Amino acid sequence: MNRSHVIARRELKSYFVSPIAYVAMAIFLVVCGVAFWPDFQPGQPAEMRHLFDSMVWVLVAIVPLLSMGLLAQEWATGTIESLMTAPVGEIDVVLGKFLGSLAFFILLLAPTLLYVVLLRAYGKPDLGPIASGYLGIILVGALFIAIGLFCSALTKSQVVAAAAAAGILYAVTIVPYQVTALASLPPFWRSVADHCVFRRYADFSKGVIDSGNVIFFLAATGAVLFLTVKVLESRRWK
Amino acid sequence: MISVKDLTKIYGNTLAVDHISFEVQKGDVVGFLGPNGAGKSTTMRMLTCYLPPTSGTATINGFDIFHQSEQVRENLGYLPENVPMYMEMRVEEYLDFRGQLRKMARADRRKRIDYVLERCWLTDVRKKTIGHLSKGYRQRVGLADSLLHNPAVLILDEPTVGLDPTQIRETRKLIRDLGGEHTLLLSTHILPEVEAVCDRVVVIAGGRIAAQGTPDELRNSRRMQARVLVECKGPSEAIQAALSKLSGVSKVEMMPPDGDKSYVTAAIRTKDGYDIREEAARVVMQEGWPLREVRLEHATLEEFFVQVTANQAMAKVGGAA
Repeated sequence: MNRSHVIARRELKSYFVSPIAYVAMAIFLVVCGVAFWPDFQPGQPAEMRHLFDSMVWVLVAIVPLLSMGLLAQEWATGTIESLMTAPVGEIDVVLGKFLGSLAFFILLLAPTLLYVVLLRAYGKPDLGPIASGYLGIILVGALFIAIGLFCSALTKSQVVAAAAAAGILYAVTIVPYQVTALASLPPFWRSVADHCVFRRYADFSKGVIDSGNVIFFLAATGAVLFLTVKVLESRRWK
Repeated sequence: MISVKDLTKIYGNTLAVDHISFEVQKGDVVGFLGPNGAGKSTTMRMLTCYLPPTSGTATINGFDIFHQSEQVRENLGYLPENVPMYMEMRVEEYLDFRGQLRKMARADRRKRIDYVLERCWLTDVRKKTIGHLSKGYRQRVGLADSLLHNPAVLILDEPTVGLDPTQIRETRKLIRDLGGEHTLLLSTHILPEVEAVCDRVVVIAGGRIAAQGTPDELRNSRRMQARVLVECKGPSEAIQAALSKLSGVSKVEMMPPDGDKSYVTAAIRTKDGYDIREEAARVVMQEGWPLREVRLEHATLEEFFVQVTANQAMAKVGGAA
């Protein structure tokens, strides 16, 4: 367990020499800028709800780009062999990759703090919902990265890993949001959809920190990471 | 230092390594020799705890590879085949990362990195990105990495593949120097390499151990007797008949002439302990056939290797039928 910070640091550094990370960063910040525009108009309430809501949609597209190489590249280049023959365990590797990627994601969010500064300069925003919105987006990001890492553990191909991750993220985030708009949705499926990512996340951006939602995201992230450890161990069963 | 007992690996329904056992003594350099696909890399991957064995055990430095995997990996330096590395990292940065993975303290790391950079002729590329280095340099970075924590045991999978002749010579010398201080197991399919660097050889073919011993022992093993070559001018059948009559001769083969067509060469195999060079010369002179050369041909390790691995391949085919 105690070598994960070494792996995390290496992973974080490697993002800064990877063109794909810069592409993801650029897409994210452009979309955030566009999404912030309606919030930043004269007469609008000084809040960032639109921005936080659109961030989730963008994350469905860009987290797969950030996570696809985490393990797929190790399989493809064979570096997994040098890694696993050093005295580190599967948990170190999975946790290290996850934390490194999460750290990059948090750095990715950092420039959006500028919007908070702008709102403060021109209005009197309520900082509570903004803080809870950031907490929510970090929890969502953590879950998305865990799912991306899981997909990356399953294949040697980064393209397959990215496509699989995007598919899963779309299915747990955007699909439930869209189907709740259908009036004919059976009650069972409506309650399933209400428990998926977007509905739970929406509470955070409104300023509500529900411990049930926090636990949902932490537990789901933990479960996916656990599965990833098992996938990595499964190499030994073959 | 390394003790392997009945190690077996089955992938699906392919038997990759079949009950192999061998020992490597402290300070020895042991060559693991075999054709491609013989099971060398699989065995090494089991010894380095990358793959668990299907059955059998091995200990490295007294630690069991299955039950004490972490201690084994702490005491082991491993150079995997093809030397996988993070291409975007710089040489020194990579070694520092590897040192941190191995829980080396900062001061110790710095000292050892300087030492291995020097030892593997990497000092002038320490700030370079690994992806920009040539194959030979990358191989040395891999070697430096395996030496970093000063492990008791080094396992090197084809350490000289892809190097140019000068680099091969330097690397072999380095390996030679490392023996004694470290215990080395290195795999190769290059015969001169074994003769140049190894104290002992384990020959593996078809997943099984075909032979083991020192290079000299293998050369002189009973199956590979020396041949006496006699080159003279005369009727081929008559020469063969005359030489066959000598005592101690088990077989005479006539080899096709090369160059001067009137001269023929007889290759004589003898029973153990006979040297028939003088006798052969006397018989040829008596018959009046002009004699050009009588020569004792030493068995090469290559012939031994070809013979052993061919036997194995045949045994495998026979076993399958």
